[in-house]
Amino acid sequence: MSERKFPPSVTKSHYLFIQNPALVIGSSILAFIILVSLVGPVISRHATTEQHILKRLQGPSLTYLFGTDQYGRDLLSRTLLGGRTSLILGLGAVALGLVLGIPIGLITGYFKGRTDEIVMRFMDILLSFPSLLMALLIITALGASLSHAILAIGIANCPGIARIVRSATLSVRNEEFVFAAEARGESHFYIMASEIFPNILPPTIIEGTIRIGFAMLIGASLSFLGLGVQPPHADWGLMIRDSREYLFLSPWPLICPGIALAVTIIGFNLFGDGLRDMVGGSE
Amino acid sequence: MAPYILNRVLSIFFVLIAVSFIIFFATHILPGSAASLILGEHATKESLRTLEHEMGLDKPFYVQYLNWVKGIVSGHWGDSLVMKQPVVSIIKLRVKNSAFLAVFSLATLVLIGIPLGTLAALRQKGKLGLAIMTGSYIGISIPEFVTGILLVLLFAGPWTHLLPTGGYREFSQGISAWLKHLILPSATLTLILLAHVVRQTRSGVIEVLKSNYVRTARLKGANESRVILRHTLRNGLLPTITVLAMDLGYLMGSIVIVEEVFAYPGMGRLIIYAITNRDIPLLEMAVLIIAAIYTVSNFIADMLYMYLDPRIRYR
Repeated sequence: MSERKFPPSVTKSHYLFIQNPALVIGSSILAFIILVSLVGPVISRHATTEQHILKRLQGPSLTYLFGTDQYGRDLLSRTLLGGRTSLILGLGAVALGLVLGIPIGLITGYFKGRTDEIVMRFMDILLSFPSLLMALLIITALGASLSHAILAIGIANCPGIARIVRSATLSVRNEEFVFAAEARGESHFYIMASEIFPNILPPTIIEGTIRIGFAMLIGASLSFLGLGVQPPHADWGLMIRDSREYLFLSPWPLICPGIALAVTIIGFNLFGDGLRDMVGGSE
Repeated sequence: MAPYILNRVLSIFFVLIAVSFIIFFATHILPGSAASLILGEHATKESLRTLEHEMGLDKPFYVQYLNWVKGIVSGHWGDSLVMKQPVVSIIKLRVKNSAFLAVFSLATLVLIGIPLGTLAALRQKGKLGLAIMTGSYIGISIPEFVTGILLVLLFAGPWTHLLPTGGYREFSQGISAWLKHLILPSATLTLILLAHVVRQTRSGVIEVLKSNYVRTARLKGANESRVILRHTLRNGLLPTITVLAMDLGYLMGSIVIVEEVFAYPGMGRLIIYAITNRDIPLLEMAVLIIAAIYTVSNFIADMLYMYLDPRIRYR
């Protein structure tokens, strides 16, 4: 009875959401991580920079739930704050990749021809380069910092996004509503922005979501190499980098950010895969 | 087929030229020229200018680029600014070390990944299949440096002391020491890549298991191991080869991290060393060599795939 209130399409996607364990688990993990890294640093009992040199490298206790690092700083607070950095990095880099990739994909897919061929050849060349190496080259040119890491990973993400947007544009390009807009004499910009763009949004959003986990991974890798976020910033990659020296004295400085990073990446990957399956399955 | 191969060979050159330009561009918009790096902070303006002139740094960008390419082609790769050694000899040694690591990891990947993928396909709906898929999903989601350090903690820590925490021994210093130093780094690389191979093998095998000729083989009364080994795997594994070639690409990125974790003296660690010390001639050649290996191995994989599966017709 109650199901009849929904239009058929909504009921179906609602049904698919429950049927899709990847999406359910992924979105639960993400909701938890986002909530915790937003609220956590505000309500945590210890300041992230507060040092207690006598209490360094402690294991979990009632005062320090996750233990302390090599300066006696609270690992829980730092892990929570590091979550913000990772989220900013992952979301920022993918957003930049979208901002750069969507216009390239739209324009090449819409106009086709010579421009398309040249630009896409160039994108293929960028794609034929491991992302981490690409990011490292850009960091070499600009210097290491959080914003440069976002820039580098965003640029490294751009060719892949441009490819997806272009192929989506190519399939929408021959729809009747595009021809109708052309017949009305609308400008190219109008057609791309108002007719094609809304229709390529679903595959583009899915592609972006799938890339967030990977972007965070590359970002953490850069920090780990000392070429991303710089100390004393709280960042998971950086915390893991610092933990190595004291690994055999206390494994907690490795385990806390390590688990946080892995769980967040798993969350984004599951969410992205689930989203793709849901949209792919309902069409 | 011949035009296709020719086209691919030409595109390799095209890609390498473009990559070399990108590398040169990225390393030459640096703040602080190579000349100021050699002379140190206290160099006078005149001496800087003289050295820049000697090194050709005052020439237009494209002239510098062409000179650099001319040098690479004629084998004059220059000297490392920090190590004060010829770049050629440094890279030769490091490529050899990294090649050991890569071959070792890919071999483990094939030996573990293909049986696991096949098993996951055969036990598709069972608990074992689910466990294999979940395990490999987690493996791919944990960053190399976390897995690597965890492995160090477990197998090289004071509790077990089974393996060295890092470093490298020459083959000539004894096989067992050489092997011991390879195990943890290649285990880390294998874990991160396992999911690709397991997933592809699984779906390849599932696909072939549905085919008519597998049904025919079963109806003929062939026993199950023969059906799997002779009829299914031979065809089901073809796409896995492409995935392995792609993995070689991932490997090129991953070795940077893994070699850093295990202080393994290969190409990846060399790149990080060159970046942190602003050793531009070394960095440029190291990145170019990695890109060349990556492109050529993709090409070889395509050729191999074409040779193994004659049904595929290329333009």
